[in-house]
Amino acid sequence: MPFARTLARNLLAAAATILGLLIVTFVIGRLLPIDPVLAAVGDRAPADVIARVRAEMGLDLPVYEQFFIYVGKALTGNFGESVLTARPVISDIGRYFPATLELATAATLIGILLGVPMGVASAVRRGQWPDHVIRVVSLFGYSVPVFWLGLMGLLVFYAKLGWVAGPGRIDVYYEDLVPAVTGALAIDSLIAGNMTVFVNALRHLVLPASILGLYSLAYIARMTRSFMIGELSRDYIAAARIKGLPERRVIWGHAFRNILVPLVTVIALSYGALLEGSVLTETVFSWPGLGRYITNSLLSADMNAVLGGTIVVGVVFVGLNLLAEMLYPVLDPRARSARA
Amino acid sequence: MASKGEGGRKPRTGARIAVAALAVLAALSVPPARAEVPPDVFVMAMQIDDVISLDPAEVFEFTGAEVSANIYERLLYFDDDDVTRIEGGVADAWEVSKDGRTYRFHIRPGMTFQSGNPVTAEDAVYSFRRVVRLNLAPAFILAQFGFTPDNVDSRISAPDSETLVMETDRAYSPALFYACLTADVASIVDAKLVKSRAANGDDGNKWLRTHSAGSGPFRLRVWKPNEIIILDRFADYWRGAPAMRTAFIRHIGEPGVQRLLLERGDIDVARNLSPDQAAAIKDRADLRLKFARKGSLFYLALNQKSDVLRRPEMRQAVKYLVDYMGIVGTILRGQAEPHQTIIPAGYLGSLDENPFTFDPAKAKALLGGGEGPAVTLDVRNVQEELQIAQSIQASFAAAGIEVALAPGDGRQVLTKYRARNHDLYFGQWGPDYQDPHSNAQAFASNPDNSDRGQVKTLAWRNAWDIPELTEMTSAAVLERDPGKRAADYREIQRRMLADSPFVVLYQQVDMAVERAVVHGFVLGPAFDTVSYRGVTKSAAH
Repeated sequence: MPFARTLARNLLAAAATILGLLIVTFVIGRLLPIDPVLAAVGDRAPADVIARVRAEMGLDLPVYEQFFIYVGKALTGNFGESVLTARPVISDIGRYFPATLELATAATLIGILLGVPMGVASAVRRGQWPDHVIRVVSLFGYSVPVFWLGLMGLLVFYAKLGWVAGPGRIDVYYEDLVPAVTGALAIDSLIAGNMTVFVNALRHLVLPASILGLYSLAYIARMTRSFMIGELSRDYIAAARIKGLPERRVIWGHAFRNILVPLVTVIALSYGALLEGSVLTETVFSWPGLGRYITNSLLSADMNAVLGGTIVVGVVFVGLNLLAEMLYPVLDPRARSARA
Repeated sequence: MASKGEGGRKPRTGARIAVAALAVLAALSVPPARAEVPPDVFVMAMQIDDVISLDPAEVFEFTGAEVSANIYERLLYFDDDDVTRIEGGVADAWEVSKDGRTYRFHIRPGMTFQSGNPVTAEDAVYSFRRVVRLNLAPAFILAQFGFTPDNVDSRISAPDSETLVMETDRAYSPALFYACLTADVASIVDAKLVKSRAANGDDGNKWLRTHSAGSGPFRLRVWKPNEIIILDRFADYWRGAPAMRTAFIRHIGEPGVQRLLLERGDIDVARNLSPDQAAAIKDRADLRLKFARKGSLFYLALNQKSDVLRRPEMRQAVKYLVDYMGIVGTILRGQAEPHQTIIPAGYLGSLDENPFTFDPAKAKALLGGGEGPAVTLDVRNVQEELQIAQSIQASFAAAGIEVALAPGDGRQVLTKYRARNHDLYFGQWGPDYQDPHSNAQAFASNPDNSDRGQVKTLAWRNAWDIPELTEMTSAAVLERDPGKRAADYREIQRRMLADSPFVVLYQQVDMAVERAVVHGFVLGPAFDTVSYRGVTKSAAH
């Protein structure tokens, strides 16, 4: 069963990746010159309170013992309580991860919907003005700091023009109006049938998603362009054109279909990066997401939270890669025949 | 290669998708009616990511203490205009025995908790015993009077439902004892409710971290860490129900974003604007800047483990190497007052003397010329603090002292400071309660200077071995005559001006920016005196 063998190989690689993640996060946590007890009890707690909390956190144990406890927790899914929020890490993740997922998904959709056509157009009109314009847009999305872009976006579209809602996931008056089902406010409000909250949530989502989407768009457009240029120079494309096939079919029916495999990988990587790497956007837009949660936790040596957040991101990343790999045979008949 | 003619045939599907996406964006971008906070709702933006608990027995962070103060009532309060004056809260009368060890508090009749339960002496007893039993970070504020988990049941009691009796181990200054009872840790919780939520001997701590059981003007509806705190008014509050139905405290980490929200009218108050941002909007008619002097001091510390920094001449010379007026006037612009002693202005025994000015010639003379040393200055990577550190770096260079800046995350810098691994440290210290002992103990007391020392005061962190000052500080807490006690603290400060490893630069002035329609928002003199109870709003401009 070649498919089962591939799946097993991929799962083994995923397990090794996650174990590597555990080791790296543990080592970083121990190397950081920060006393985790400080985050738990503050700077002024008396010595006896500090000693007691240190023992409660297991920090008085030998390092190797701490590591085994750390790994043991990960394997049993018990991440303990976060020092910073004083809540179970799993419930924190349950709240922060959907917020990040909502933002990253919207950004990736923007990236795909705009980036792919732009990349194709750029390749087809290579060296002409659309190519130059798209390259400038891509370069802009790639090189302008997202922090600055976020602030400027808020200044122009929220403060000056009033086109979008301000920072946060929703206006404060709508807090807790819809029950949390998926954790994604736009979806939960639809489930609850509350269109007022839905529109408000979308108005809050559109700007941070667009800012993040610009980054995603830049990456996807550049890579699409590159893949398409390679594909359009192949002999079978020339043959198709000689046969008199319509250009649209040559581009979308032949060339584009053949870049789907690497493109899906690029999109999966971009999506994965947005799930964890949107810390600055989350900060500017006061978006309570997982990236900011992990970063704050790491800076406070809140290892339970770092462990939980990292595992979730790691699993999602690995899962996305697995998914992309599983999609290859669907997208490319050659992959099917190679496996057969 | 595509020909011109082929170029005319566009990838229409992609274009259609792009147009559809833009149409969705445009639909969402219809300008809304101008945002305006409703008249009976109060919305404030601030950085609330320091909150780790809302249980008053555990709260020891700025935001947590502020919120807790709006939920819970305390036995006693200090007057915002004169922190040495004590006023009644849950207690409407009180007295101390002749031997100075037994305090009796009479509970104000007719008060109720948000649950509807009456406020009684038993609630006060439970609240204080609970603090001592739990022994969390702020517990020392009560425990320093000799209360331990073993004796607290006998030392704190209620002979009847209207009388609370507290017996201290020594005859402390009553002013000190009363000041400690005005601290957040001395909040009175609803004993019946909290006991019903207790689990595994935690005295309800786990539940109270995220819920409320108070008798203050607001009750906690929800706290979402790093996101929002929502408070609903308590209609039966004994001083009168707040005008605001709900208070929303939004976490907005970026000061620039707080400003945008304020200018759009989406919030009523912004709490973390920088001096530059405040200067840019100070003349707007629809906004108002509000200032309040707080007890926090900002200081530079010299680690006495360093051979270079422990020279008495060096300790004194550095006091002439800080551009005090430049820092207060140029960098902090209204958010600080010059202050060079360890007891904040407004406190008992404060000393209104600022003898040091930036005088590099005098510093050089004290150092005796020659090549200056190279030292490192640890500082939090916060904009204003970094600017001050850069100013210190430049002014020290005037006397040939080479300062390398070591900016870091707050907890990283503190970890190094607490381990006594720094050279120079620039940081903040705020008193835990409104009594000079809080700061005197921090700066002028160091019972054991060895690395194993258990009392890690600021003096200990800087390895400053001061048996005489430590004794003076300990004696001052037992002085019951307020005049003599004030004199004791002035003497401690004069000695520290003459020689200490601390350079106090300024006292913090807190600033908030509010919309002009907002009235009655109080900042007060301490981090836990910020009050939303009296907030009202007039009609918008």
